[in-house]
This record gives sequence, C-alpha cells and structure tokens, in this order.
Amino acid sequence: MTTANQTARAKYENDFLKEVEANVEEGHWVRMCMQCGVCAGSCPLGDAWAHPPQKLFMMIRAGKREEVLSSDAMWMCTSCYNCIVRCPRKLPITHIVHGLANYAHRLGLAPKGQPTRQTAALFWNNLVKKGRVNELKFSLALYFKDGFGQGIKNALGMQAVGLGLVKAKRLNPMEILGGHGIENLSGFKAMIDKAREIEDRKKGLAG
Amino acid sequence: MADSKFAAYICTGCGIGDTLDVPMLEKIAQKEGKMALVKSHPFLCSTDGVKLIEDDIANEGVTHLCIAACSRRAKVEAFRFPAAAVSRANLREGVIWVVAEGAEHDAVRQEMAEDYVRMGCAEIKKMKVPAGNVKEASSKKILVVGGGLSGMTAALAAAEAGYAVTLVEKSGALGGFANNLWKRVPFAAPYADAQPVGAAELAAKVSGHAKIKVHLNAVVAETSGAPGRFAVKIAQESGGMTDDVCGAIIQATGFTPYDPARLPELGGGQPNVVDQAGLEALAKAADGGPIKRADGKEVKSVVFVQCAGQRDASGQHLPYCSGHCCATSIKQATYFKDRDAGINAVVMYQDLRVPGMGEDFYRSAQDKGVTFVKGRAARVTDGGGACKVDFKDLILDEDTSIEADLVVLATGQVPNAGVNLDEWTATVTAAESGDEAAKTRKDELLKTSVLSLNYRQGPDMPQFKYGFADSHFICFPYETRRTGIYAAGPVRRPMDILQATEDATGAALKAIQAVENAARGRAAHPRVGDLSYPVARLEGCTQCKRCTVECPFGAIDEDEKRFPKFNEERCRRCGTCMGACPVRVISFENYSVDTVGSQIKAVNIPDEFEEKPRILILACENDAYPALDMAGIQRLSYSAFVRAIPVRCLGSVNTIWITDALNSGYDGVMLMGCKKGDDYQCHFVKGSEMAFYRTSKIDDTLKQLGLEPERVLSLEVAITDNARVAKLINDYAEQINEIGLSPMKGFG
Repeated sequence: MTTANQTARAKYENDFLKEVEANVEEGHWVRMCMQCGVCAGSCPLGDAWAHPPQKLFMMIRAGKREEVLSSDAMWMCTSCYNCIVRCPRKLPITHIVHGLANYAHRLGLAPKGQPTRQTAALFWNNLVKKGRVNELKFSLALYFKDGFGQGIKNALGMQAVGLGLVKAKRLNPMEILGGHGIENLSGFKAMIDKAREIEDRKKGLAG
Repeated sequence: MADSKFAAYICTGCGIGDTLDVPMLEKIAQKEGKMALVKSHPFLCSTDGVKLIEDDIANEGVTHLCIAACSRRAKVEAFRFPAAAVSRANLREGVIWVVAEGAEHDAVRQEMAEDYVRMGCAEIKKMKVPAGNVKEASSKKILVVGGGLSGMTAALAAAEAGYAVTLVEKSGALGGFANNLWKRVPFAAPYADAQPVGAAELAAKVSGHAKIKVHLNAVVAETSGAPGRFAVKIAQESGGMTDDVCGAIIQATGFTPYDPARLPELGGGQPNVVDQAGLEALAKAADGGPIKRADGKEVKSVVFVQCAGQRDASGQHLPYCSGHCCATSIKQATYFKDRDAGINAVVMYQDLRVPGMGEDFYRSAQDKGVTFVKGRAARVTDGGGACKVDFKDLILDEDTSIEADLVVLATGQVPNAGVNLDEWTATVTAAESGDEAAKTRKDELLKTSVLSLNYRQGPDMPQFKYGFADSHFICFPYETRRTGIYAAGPVRRPMDILQATEDATGAALKAIQAVENAARGRAAHPRVGDLSYPVARLEGCTQCKRCTVECPFGAIDEDEKRFPKFNEERCRRCGTCMGACPVRVISFENYSVDTVGSQIKAVNIPDEFEEKPRILILACENDAYPALDMAGIQRLSYSAFVRAIPVRCLGSVNTIWITDALNSGYDGVMLMGCKKGDDYQCHFVKGSEMAFYRTSKIDDTLKQLGLEPERVLSLEVAITDNARVAKLINDYAEQINEIGLSPMKGFG
C-alpha cells in the first residue's frame, strides 16, 4: 500500500515543497506564506491543533514530510474560513489544509483512527454505493466504528431519537436491507471513476 | 531714525468686546502703557481694520504698534507691517477663551486682559524693527562633498535649479558604492525584478553639466566662514590646492559596509562566506552568467544570513538595523533564481523588514521560489566544499542546520561621518594641557575629518546616535546643528538607494534655502525669514565664554581678544546665548532681556490681602505656546492667575527674568519647553536642555530669597499637549495655593 508514498518520495528527491506544490490542492500557495501567524491566531480551534497552518507551511518548506503528512492538524479544520478571510497574503489556507489532509490520506500516511478521517471515509464509502447516503447504515456504521460493545451503547443512547424519526416517517427501517439507490447508478459510478482518474493523474498517483 | 510713535489697537471682535471692558483697556494702554494713539475696532483683521493701522503708519507716523487682539500665532498675514515694530497682546486665546465663563470670573478675566495690554505696551517700548544682516556678494554656490548616488543626485538637483555646484569626490570616479552593484532593488512598478543601477548614466550627466564643477581624487582640506561665505580649500591628491567660496554645503559621504571579518562565528573571513558587497562583486564578475564562488565552483545553493553583526544587543557589533539589507538580500537571491530556478536560495531572517514598496518585491521573490526561513544563525562553518549554517528555527522552535555552496552575510552600514566631536573636544582639552599623545591623536583625528571646519566646536558636524551625521530626526530630519551644512544619504541614517536619492534632493532644497536666506540676511530654519540677529555689548562682556560654548549651532567664535565673535549667518536666532549671558549684554533688536523683563514688570501684582496669586509662564513659542493657544481654541479653561509670555526657545530664558519675577512678588514661575534628551523635540536641539540645566541650579537663589523651591517649575510640553497644559496650570495654581502666597509682595 505504501507504493504511492514511495513513488512520490522518490520523484521529488526529498523536496517536499515541490511535492506539495505539484500534488496538493492549492499547494503552490505555500511558498507565499510570510509567517505572520494571523491564521494561527484566528483559528477558533487553534488550541486543538498540533501544528497551526503557519507552522505547517514552515514545516513543508523545511522538508518535514513525514511530520506534516502524519499530523492530525489538518483534520481538525472545521472550514470556518476565518484564516482565508484574514490572511494578508490571500492564501486559500482552508483549501490548502484540506488538500494536505486528502493527500496524506491518499498516500496512506494520515493518522489511523483519526475521527474526522474515519467519519469522512465512512460517509464516502456509504455514498458511492448507491449514489446517495443511506442514513440508517451510515448512523450504524458510526455507532459501531469503535467496536461492538460501544456500538450497542451508542445505539441504545440514540434509541429515542431513532424511534421518533421512524414514527415521523423520516427513517425507514427497511433501508437496512440494501436500501434504494439513485436513478442511473451506473452512470453515477462512471462519473466518480472518471473524476478519480483525473485526480489521480493530477496528484501523480495514477498507477 | 525718525522719532518713535507708539500706538495700541484693540480689537473688539471674536467676543472680546462683549466679554471685556474695552474702554478700561483703552485707558490702561493710554495712561499706563503710555501709547500716543489708542484705537479700538470691531474687526481689526478685516481689510478695514488693517487699513486703519496702515493709514496711521502712513499719516500719523506710527512706528511701534501693540495689537491687542488674538494670539500672535493667529492672523499673522493680516497683521504684518514690515515697516513697524509689532507686539501682540493675546486677549482671545490667552484670556476670553480660557477663563471660565460666568459673572463670578468677570473681575479676574478683566485683570488678566488688562495685564496683557500692559505687557504688550511694555514690550513694544523695548522693540526695534530689525534691519537684517545683508552682506555684499553672498555666494549661492553649493558644495557637495561625496560623489556617490546621494552626492550626484544632490548636485544635479541644485544645478538643475540654477545653482552652481562644486562636487568633491575622494576617489578617482563618480558613483561611490553604487559602482560596486550589479543591480539595484526595484524602484518602479511593478517592483518585481531587480533594476539597473544607472550610476554611470548619472555620473555622465553630472560630469557634463555646465553648472557642476567636479573635483576627483580630492578632499576638503579646510572650511571656514558661514552660510553664504564658506571659504573652502580643496586639496587634490596630486598636491594641488583649489580655493573656492560657496554658500552652503551638502555632506553626502555615504557609508562603509561593516567588516565581516569581525564576525568569525558567522564564517566572516572564510572563502565561501561573503558579505553583500562580496556577492555583488561575484554577480558583476558573472555578468549575467552563472555565479561562481572564489574557487570557481558554480553556486547551486546559497543562504543569506540577515542581521549579521546588526541589531546586536551584546555591544560588540552594530546595535541598529540598517534597513536596506533585507531587500538587498532578496534582490541578490533573485540574481540566482532569475538565472536558474533550480538553485536553492534561502533567506534566513529574524524580522523581514522591507520598507517602501519592498513588500511587493518580497512577494515577487517568494513567487520566484526564494525560500524564507525565520531563524537566527548561530554558526557558519566553511567546510571547503559546502558551508554549514547552524541556526535556531524561530517558528518551529528547534536547533537545526542547512548546507549551502555559499553563505552571504547581510552586514550593516557604518557612516562615514568624520570626526566624533566628543572625542575631539576631549583630545583638544588634553592636548592643550600638554598631553603629547593627545596632540598626536588630534592630528590623526583631523586627517579623518570630512569637512575640516575651523569652527571652535570641531572639524565636523556633531554626530548623532551611533555615529551618524547630525539630524533633527524627530521633527526636521535634514536639519543639523551646523547652519548651512546638510547631511544626505546613508551618512545621516542607514538607508537604501531610493531613500538616499530622495534624501539628497531634500538636502539640495535645504541648501538652496540656506544660500537664499543668507543672501537676504535672514535666519534659516526654524525662524526662517527672521531679520533680527544677536548683538553683544562687548564693553560689558566678561569673556566667560558661556555663549560660545552653549550655542547649539557653533555660531559664535572668539576673536583675538577672546571676545565672542558672532557669525550671524550661522545663527538660528534661538537666543540661547542671550539666556546664557550672566551679564546680559546679548540681545536682539526685537527680542531681548528687556523686552521680556519689561513685560514681567508690567504686570500688576495685587497685594497679599487680595489673595490673588500671579504665576508667570515662560512658554516656548514653538510648542508650548501653541499648546496654550490650542487649549484656548478648545475652550479648556485654566487659572486666570497666570500671565504667559512666549519665548523663542526655553534656552533664551535668562535666569534674571525668574529672579526678577519672584522679587517683584510673583508667586510662581512655570517654564514650558520642548522635550529634551536623546529624543529631543527642541527646535534648537539643545535649548530646552540648557534651560533645564540652568533652572536646576536656581534652588540656591531661591533659598537666598527665602522662597520654596516649588516656586519655579520646569516642564516639558509638546505641541499636542493642549489638554495637559491646562491641567498642569490648574494643578500648579492649586499647589501655589497650598504653599501660600509669596512673601515678596510689595517689595518689588
């Protein structure tokens, strides 16, 4: 699984900035950071970050590849866009941060068990199956992501909400049996596959 | 001179007539002020009012007028009568706008106004119309010392404005430090790429200009005289000597880069570690091709270490920031990047400072791929093949290192300002007492002089902080303490080419003003156009030398008999000499010990049973008096017991005024002057400092008089202190109330 990682590393000869510029969404902006720290000071979740954007960008320039890609900092972003609004150099910081998270995920370097990453993966896998989100299956997958016992506990805790939704005809228990898909599911899948192909090509991840 | 005729004009406009008893003021001007003619007018500054005065000057033979209206700072144009001496009694800003409203204050308000009328009449009695000091054949030529970009720009600016210029350059070519540069930091939009220096083109223009005479391989061997009549000896390297006369001098002697050899820990002196000048030399040698090190290896990676030997707190190196080096390193990094984007160029900075349009250039360099690292270099080791820079990453907070083919140290600018006058004075004093080593040192110092002035204060202009040439840096950066001599470019403060050329243009304008003022016999900045000048009654002089020593501008020499010899053209008319003179023999035609002393005595001092104290304010006309006026304009009220007299500078305050005031029953004296010290705001640099020093010695006098030391209060007041000044007055009035009235009343 780490072949993509190894290929990328070999290709850029440890010039991580160049790698980020080539493969990360909006990554070419990283060099324009002037290290003022306004993003770090503006982030409402700043305290929860191991590395605020300012530091991430400096680490990229310093070639700290593993440290950046395995950081959970990018996964803490809630997309409030405060940093983008305030950045005096007009860097699309939120996008870069999400781009870094995505790149780390694709290389298999993102931290295992990071809740945001897990939730996002569950959501995506759920979505691509039928072209729509199966709320029941997604909820259950979330409940049971930390093991069977915890799953039962979570489910019991949400019992009243679930029953209420069923009564209000907002949740169909029958969706557990595969669930319904969108019209032209095969067309949707072809579209997703094509998008993936384009992205892989752009990110240098095409096999 | 024809007979004097004194007249007083009282304006009743702006509420003066409604608030004050004007007929009473008229009576006082006539009876006590002894004015031959007293008139009031409802709108004195109107065409009609001014015509009234002009007609009296023309038809009635009025020569001296006291205008009792607004502050002397208001309606200056309307009340300008060049043929007559004019005093102003400040009834508007000084009385009706600052005394609290209400009938209960009517009495004190009227007393205050009456006193100001008495003072205005007393002052005009002692004033004369200044005649000016026009000398025949005043030179308007401008001497520029230094042929670098600053000097050439100044010379060209003056020449283009029609003034003859003599330019003296020590080396064999014009261009100065700029000749060493491959390119310069961009100075025109879009500020993205380094631009050609243009030194050669400028040099050709200067050399070919009909109004500029260039002396290469030459230095100034001696300068004597004053603005309008500087006699300059220009010594050629070949031994020849040229005499020249000029009206003003611009010193544009530039800087020397700080010696990197003094930074061994940063690799200074190692073959693959250069300073910024060294990198320029490599770039010039490459001439657009790949930049190579001394050993011929093509540079593939380079690290610029900023603040090398600068902003140093240890006291070993330069304590200041030279301002240009960040942009210069960015420029040099683009030398590499513009040629080959694959070259790794790293700028290691602590605080990237790129004034002016430098931010655009910084952004452009980032876009070109220059890497910026916020870090502090600890050590540079030249391993022969590659240099290792150990540094602390200030963002990631870790000690780390980076390798490069070449390291460039951004060292700072050291001014070429000539002789340090403090050392000069100490050396001369020692030499005069027979110290042989000091005599040798004195000769050595003289050899390093730039201007070789034969002033008693020393051969160069005073040096400012860190050895830069003098500058009144807070308020009037071009001004120096040597009238008619202006510093321009990096000799004045660290700066880049763009700033230096702008600086040079400014200095050229100052020089032009200086020669024009000198030719008209008028003062230069800050009392531009003042025709009065100090006159000493030498028969009373005790040769104490205080005036010569205390003059902030070195205007006073000593003649053969050791009497003070005034160089009027060097004088700024601050009156510091007048304040210094213990026997009070120095005066101006329109400002003297008498003009102020008679005002102090004119005030009516109520006897102690009336319980109305009188507080004298001597306020600097540059900052403190405007602050008082502005307090009035804002209708901030203050005690009606004060009587304010503007002085040219607190330095002109003669202590006799203070003792006279206290002797005649004033209860307190407030002295208001500008900020003193290193970050002075005194227009005359040292005036307020001298005044504070003098009044600090006044305690003994007070003791002899049996008075409390609190009766004299020295204050620093800035022009913006309008609210504060009102509070200071009220607090002091309160304090005087607590101490009690002066026991001296009734003896004066």
